[in-house]
Order: sequence, then C-alpha cells, then structure tokens
Amino acid sequence: MSDVADTGPMLAADGTPLKKSLGRALRRQKMRALMLIAPLLLFILLAFILPVGDMLYWSVKNGIVSETLPRTVVALKDWDANSGELPDEPVYAAMAADLHEASLAKTHTKVGVRLNYENPGISSLFRKSGRAAKKWEPAADGPWKDQLIELHKGWGDTAVWRTIQTYSPPLTSGYYLNAADMRVGPDGPEMRPENERIYMLLFGRTLKLSLMITLSCVLLGYPVAWLLANLPTRKANMLMILVLLPFWTSLLVRTSAWKVMLQQQGVINDVLVWIGLVADDARLVMINNQFGTVIAMTHILLPFMILPMYSVMQTIPPTYLRAAKSLGATNWTAFWRVYFPQSVPGIGAGSILVFILAIGYYITPALVGGTKGTFISNRIAFHISSSLNWGLAAALGAILLVVVLLLYWAYDKIVGIDNVKLG
Amino acid sequence: MSGIPPYATMPQRVWYYTFRVICGLIFAFLITPVLIVIPLSFNAQDFFTFTPEMLRFDPAGYSLKHYEDFFTSDDWQSALWNSLKIAPMATILSVGFGTLAAIGLSQPHVPFRRAIMAILISPMIVPLIISAAGMYFFYSRIGLQGTYLGVVLAHAALGIPFVIITVTATLVGFDRSLTRAAANMGADPVTTFFKVQMPLILPGVISGGLFAFITSFDEVVVVIFVGSAKQQTLPWQMYIGLREQISPTILAVATILVAISICLLTTVELLRRRSERLRGMSPG
Repeated sequence: MSDVADTGPMLAADGTPLKKSLGRALRRQKMRALMLIAPLLLFILLAFILPVGDMLYWSVKNGIVSETLPRTVVALKDWDANSGELPDEPVYAAMAADLHEASLAKTHTKVGVRLNYENPGISSLFRKSGRAAKKWEPAADGPWKDQLIELHKGWGDTAVWRTIQTYSPPLTSGYYLNAADMRVGPDGPEMRPENERIYMLLFGRTLKLSLMITLSCVLLGYPVAWLLANLPTRKANMLMILVLLPFWTSLLVRTSAWKVMLQQQGVINDVLVWIGLVADDARLVMINNQFGTVIAMTHILLPFMILPMYSVMQTIPPTYLRAAKSLGATNWTAFWRVYFPQSVPGIGAGSILVFILAIGYYITPALVGGTKGTFISNRIAFHISSSLNWGLAAALGAILLVVVLLLYWAYDKIVGIDNVKLG
Repeated sequence: MSGIPPYATMPQRVWYYTFRVICGLIFAFLITPVLIVIPLSFNAQDFFTFTPEMLRFDPAGYSLKHYEDFFTSDDWQSALWNSLKIAPMATILSVGFGTLAAIGLSQPHVPFRRAIMAILISPMIVPLIISAAGMYFFYSRIGLQGTYLGVVLAHAALGIPFVIITVTATLVGFDRSLTRAAANMGADPVTTFFKVQMPLILPGVISGGLFAFITSFDEVVVVIFVGSAKQQTLPWQMYIGLREQISPTILAVATILVAISICLLTTVELLRRRSERLRGMSPG
C-alpha cells in the first residue's frame, strides 16, 4: 500500500500521468467536435457573414472623390470653408486637370452622382463641366478660376467646394448622417429641413407597425395557445394542423390571398355588402394602407407566436389552477395570479421572435402596404435597385441590423437559441 | 380543461362557450386565407371574388382555365423549373453541412458552443433584405451575382439554421452509449455513423431537409437581388405578377403550392411522431 502512495502522480496504462492522459483525451474530443463543425462554419462565414460585413463597409466607404479628383483633394486641404471666400487659383487649376482626366476616363458623372446625394445639383454641374473638359489643355489654358465660374456658376458657390472638401476623405460618416436625416452644415452636423426628413419617419413607422403586429399576435395567439395546451392531446394535434398549415404555406400564397380578400371588389367587401353592413358604393379601403400591412403580417407571423407560447404552456401543470381555486380564488384571480405569470416566458419568446421577423419584412409591405404602409426594408431595396445609392442603403441596413442583433441577443439571454422550436 | 363540470355556474358556462367561439374565430382567421384561394382558382371568369354562378354551384361558373394557363405559359413553366433546379441543390448543401455540424455541436465538450450556435442561426434572424443587400454587393464583386451557383449558395445559407435546429433537437434524445457499444464491437466511426447514428436521427434530418427545401422554394427577396432573369423562380414570378398585372393564374399557382405544403406538413408530422416513438416518448 505504501509503495503506491510514494510513486507520485497516478499513471494511466501507458505510463503517462493520468491527468495528462485525460487532458489529451478531452482535447482530442474537442478537436473532433470542432472538425465536424468547421465546414459549415466556414461556409456560413464565407457565404453569409462576409457579405453582411461587406455591406457594413459600403456604408462608410467613400473612395470615389479622392480617386477621381486626387489633385483637387490635396489642393483643397488648406482651404477654410468657413471663410466665405472661394478657393484660390491653384484649386481651380487642380480641378481643371482632374476633370480633364476624369472626362477622358468617363468617371466624372459617377463622382457627380455621389456628391449629388449630399448637395443636389452637383450632378449636372459635373456632367456639364465634364463635357467641356475633354477638349481642355489643363497646363496651358489657365488661369482657370474665371473660366470655370463662367462655364457653370456652381463653381462660384462655396457650398459646392465645401461639399467636395467634406467628402474627400476615403471613409465617411455621411451616409449615416443621411440615414439619420442629418447633413454636414457649416457648423458640423445639423438636422435636415423638416420636409426632407424621411428616414426617421420610416424607422418610426417600422417600429410602430411592428409593435402593433406583435401586440395583435399576442392577443390572438394567447387564447389559441391556451386552448391547445389544455385540450386532450388528440384534439390538440388536430387543431394544431390549423396553425401549422399556414406556417408551411408559401409567404407569397398568403400575401396574394390577402390581396385578393382585401380588395375593394374582394371577398371581404362582398360579404360585408351582402350582409348589409356596408353600402355598395362605400366599400371599405383595406389594402395599400397600414391596415392591410398589419392584418396580413399578423396572419403571417401568428404561428411564430403560438408555437413558443404553446410549448411553454404545456409545461404548466393544470393542478396549480385547481389548487388556487380550491383555496378560494375566483377564476380570474387564479388565472391572473397563478397561470399568467408562468406563461410570461412564452409571451416573451414569441414577442421577440415576431418583432424581429416583422421589423425586417419586405415582401408583404411592398405588396399590400401601398405608400403609407411600407417599411424601412422597402426603402433599402429602393436604394439598391432604383436610386443606386448603395452607401445609403448599407447605412440604413446597418442601423436595422444593430436593432435586430440587440433583440437577438436579448432573445438568446431570455430564451436561449437552443430552445427555438419549429413545429 | 376538457368539458365543462356539472357544477359550473351560469356565467362560467357563458364564458366557456364565448371562449370557444373566440378561439374558433381566430382559427378561422388563420386558415381562411389559405383555403380561400382554392375555390377562387377554379373561377371561370378573370375575377378575384366569387361570381354569382359560383355561389349557385353552377358548373358553368367553374373551369380549369387558370391551370391550363399555368401549364402552357412559358414564363410560369420556366419559373417552375428554375425553382425545382435551385431548391434541391440548396437543400443538399444545407443538409450535408448542417447534419455534420449538428452532430459536432451535440458532443459533450464543444468550445465556444454558444457563439458558434449564434453564428449558425443568424441567417434566420438577420432581416432578409440585409442578407440580400450584402450578398448582392459581395457576390457581384466575386462574379457570383446572377449565376445559378450564387443563388444556390445563398439559399443554402438561409436553410442551414432550420437543419441545425431540427437535427440538434433530435440529437438531444440520442443515447450516446449506442455509439460506444458500436465502437466496442469493432465498428469504425464511419460505420458507426451510417449504421447506428444515422438511422436513429434520420427523421430529424429529413424534417430539417424539408424545412430547408421550403425555405429555398418560397424565398423571393434574396433571389431577386442575387439572381438574374435566368434564375427567375416561381415565387419571383408570383411577386412580379402581384406587383404588375395581377392575373388569376396566380391563384392556380397558389393552390398548387398549398397542396405541396399540405404534403410537406403531413410528412413532417409523421416523421416527428415516429421519432418520438423511437425515443420512447408518448406518440401523442
């Protein structure tokens, strides 16, 4: 006995200390788990995370001004925008040289479009000047200051030069300011005029409508989840099909169904006229407005509310309610003081999920929302495919992404991602 | 709470039935939009509501002309084929990668498990328009925008969270001593996987696959941005149809899609019950 105690650390069969041997086995197990996960993780990183990160880079990237107008950017560095005076001749000469080069490479319109986002009117200034600049001899035809101002009075406007100076660094916060309805004025960032503020309005509307949708999902989902959790299993499974079938049905099928039902010549209006609730010439307008968006999206997202509520309610023992009642509680007290508090986690899980999904919706608002019922996503899509202002689209997307990720984090803390259930 | 006790008071009875009626109305709200497209798709007229002939059940009010339109129109047929080419490939990718990773994630010791899980589930959480924008910018830079491969990769990424969720849920009930027993009897890890583990988790894998399939098959935002006219899928065609000239052919397509979802739902439910039975839970 005493021999064993003296030989030091306990040894494994092959003579290595047991602790080391166990550590090695654990490490091998971890490595094996990681090896199994690695292909997918790599795939998601390349096909998904990297593109989203790339979009974030678009929201601050601004190389176009310094790439197209390199000399002007250098010459303009020392000009004081607040002096109220126009820049000196060297700046105009640099601009003439840059414009000449840019017009040959046909890049002058691009920089014009970029600066036009910040100061409307610059696009035509660059287009017109670029057309003339092709024939210039920048080194010989000077001095340029008066010639340029004569060509287009925009070159005599300090605001234009200020815009060029402000947007010459390779990175910019301009898109974010723009997304927050702000712009760079003489004294730093300032709010845009009232009539140009649209993004805060859109963010506000997106949040408001998403909250309304979440709330109506809670109100409609709670009774159904309660019924499903308290019926005998066989009946509950039958009724569950009514919840799961919409869940499995294509989003576009449901949206087109609502479009068909809500139209002025649609089924709901026909029924209302037939019952006599609504006169034939006063059919309700239920589509292409906020009402249409809220009702269609409530229907689409309701299963995402019912399923988590149902799985929480299933775990609440019905004996608690009976115990409360036998102790003298009324039905309402028993429900409100005993049952409801236990079902709150289900409400929380469902609400966050529905809210996260609602806030980023695109298809349904685009189809049934008209102009008053569209979300911020619709504006992002517009900037990507129609106005081609990708930087602004990326900045709006980044703000939306931050909101969603905060909610995702909260969801993970409250519910745990492992506990997401599907069907 | 099944049935009403005989000692219930009058207000209790009233509330019991009112509650049932409320729930019935909510169920009607859930199911009506899905079902209403079915009769409307057999409309003989180009209307989106029930014509008087249809309400009288006059056979003249019904016809298959919208289905005929769907099966003879080149646009719809090519859209259908594009969907059928993209969705299965995306499903194979998501299920392949996803199942492996789910098995890795359910090992007892996984470093950074929570963070990895958060990354893998993120395609489901990030708004589609953001995924679409990011993929559009990035894929056009590396030349994948407007290609079949680009759309398949994008859809595979979107389907992966569903595979991960369903397969890890199945693996929770998996008895680890079975793989140890197999190893003990001399099976190598690959044999153990295919002969012991795979048959047991197959229901979960198939449900995950069906989820991934329907995700790709229904997806419209990402494909609009990442794809080009050559990859125009069925939902994309429906979206265009709903935006521009809304034609009743859409209702015929919708009915076909509802039929497909009924089949998928039935399969998933049967698989879920089978898997619960295998794991010794109540079949329900």
